[in-house]
Amino acid sequence: MSTMAAPQGGNVSFNMAAAVTKKTGSTDHALTDKVDGVRHVSNGKLILRDVNFYYGKFKGLQDINVSFPERQVTAMIGPSGCGKSTLLRTLNRIYDLYPGQRAEGEIMMDGQNLLDHAMDVNQLRAKIGMVFQKPTPFPMSIYDNISFGVKLYENLSKSDMNDRVEWALRKGAIWDEVKDKLGQAGTALSGGQQQRLCIARSIAVKPEVILFDEPTSALDPISTLKIEELIHELKSEFTVVIVTHNMQQAARVSDYTAFMYLGKMVEYDHTNVIFTKPDKKETEDYITGRFG
Amino acid sequence: MNLYARRKLINTFNMTASVLTTLVGLMFLGWILIVLITKGIGAINWTIFTEMTPPPGSAGGLANALIGSLMITLAAVAIGTPIGIMAGTYLAEYGKQSVFAEVVRTINDILLSAPSIIIGVFVYTLMVAPMGHFSGWAGAVALAIIVIPVVLRTTENMLSLVPTQMREAAAALGAPRWMVIMSVVYKAAIAGMVTGVVLAIARITGETAPLLFTALNNQFWSTDMNGAMANLPVVIFQFAMSPYDDWRELAWAAALLITTLVLGMNILARSLLRGHKA
Repeated sequence: MSTMAAPQGGNVSFNMAAAVTKKTGSTDHALTDKVDGVRHVSNGKLILRDVNFYYGKFKGLQDINVSFPERQVTAMIGPSGCGKSTLLRTLNRIYDLYPGQRAEGEIMMDGQNLLDHAMDVNQLRAKIGMVFQKPTPFPMSIYDNISFGVKLYENLSKSDMNDRVEWALRKGAIWDEVKDKLGQAGTALSGGQQQRLCIARSIAVKPEVILFDEPTSALDPISTLKIEELIHELKSEFTVVIVTHNMQQAARVSDYTAFMYLGKMVEYDHTNVIFTKPDKKETEDYITGRFG
Repeated sequence: MNLYARRKLINTFNMTASVLTTLVGLMFLGWILIVLITKGIGAINWTIFTEMTPPPGSAGGLANALIGSLMITLAAVAIGTPIGIMAGTYLAEYGKQSVFAEVVRTINDILLSAPSIIIGVFVYTLMVAPMGHFSGWAGAVALAIIVIPVVLRTTENMLSLVPTQMREAAAALGAPRWMVIMSVVYKAAIAGMVTGVVLAIARITGETAPLLFTALNNQFWSTDMNGAMANLPVVIFQFAMSPYDDWRELAWAAALLITTLVLGMNILARSLLRGHKA
């Protein structure tokens, strides 16, 4: 909470008193006022201040000011090209892989600015895991898929590693399906299993935040359901941010929802507020299917 | 004649023409193989693998040429493969769109189709002339220069086929760039990369011109890479042009051996790639 004590800059101001008074509400815990469509939360794990993003000369994100609360699921929705995936990709600086892409501003996590050039991106990515749209199992065994990330930053004994792999696969809700074939290729699993394997792989390194980039858009409805249940369980230990094209999915899995349009954060609030009584006309138009 | 019948006629004509031209192409290949087998099979026996290339008029084999070819080829692959793989990795993973990478790519394309005799003369000037004698190492370097562009090109192509998401997924776990490449990207592309090496071996197995200027030939058993070394292509070249029947007989045997090897390696390369797809 102390990380939020600083003023937000611009016309946004932080109101601690409001946060305390609203905490009494069942869902309205730890909230500050809603300013210009964006509700500010005081338990922000990731706090974005004036974040701008550029693909070469093209500006992909404009002055994003928002906080993603700790151990909650935040969904980002919006039409294609609105910048929601771009925003997600700034959070673990995966865009760094591509020359010409850059972000400006501040993304604070535990008092550190993730966009700082001195930040070790590999250490950062070990703390902020990511699951992609298409399942991306590595061309190796199920066991090695899980242990790959763990080995990068931890030196575990054989038995500790076995325990970690089992723990991660259980957390990923796939242990029962693969426990007898850990030596088999991860690529031999079905699409839905592959995606849960990838989630387990992210969990295995014990991150603090897990980012999901349209994790179910390549999956069948049953696999989608399993992954949604999984995401719901994950928030007891991890801060989750999910990008989705599917508004029902956002409504089902998330506690907070951000609506983005044309690279801007139009509205950010509790999911039930966004889907029942949004402030902004664009949000309402989008969730009622009038455009997008 | 209506339109449909006309199309059918054109279709029949095109089909016949393409089948015929295919057959003509295949016929020459079959011809070469049949002549090689009929003329070469009689000359193949155990002594080929145990005895040295003989002086004209006496019995002998190809043992020294076989060991020479084997050593020179292995050395060439050992020199050329790492360079080709590393350069291919640079082009696919690091340099992708840079001007330097584009220059490297163009030069590699030129090298890929460079006449091998030029490479032979180049290595002659570079190594044989200063050292004052022909050597197996010079032969290996000349062949390595042929290996590099083949391996480079296939490595780059195969790495480019690995989906970007795979790299992102590995990087997203906190893996540094080199580890993403070594532990994930290479693993995904390994079958194709090995195929490239096998094709490069097949390519250099029959190269004669570079060896004429470098390893030359040696009548005796020699495993000394610092001296002139016997090898199959140069033996074929010298024996086939000779007026002696027994030398020409051995040339046929050597030709059949090389062809079988190259054919075998091409089949191996194909099955590696097929196994990769499955």
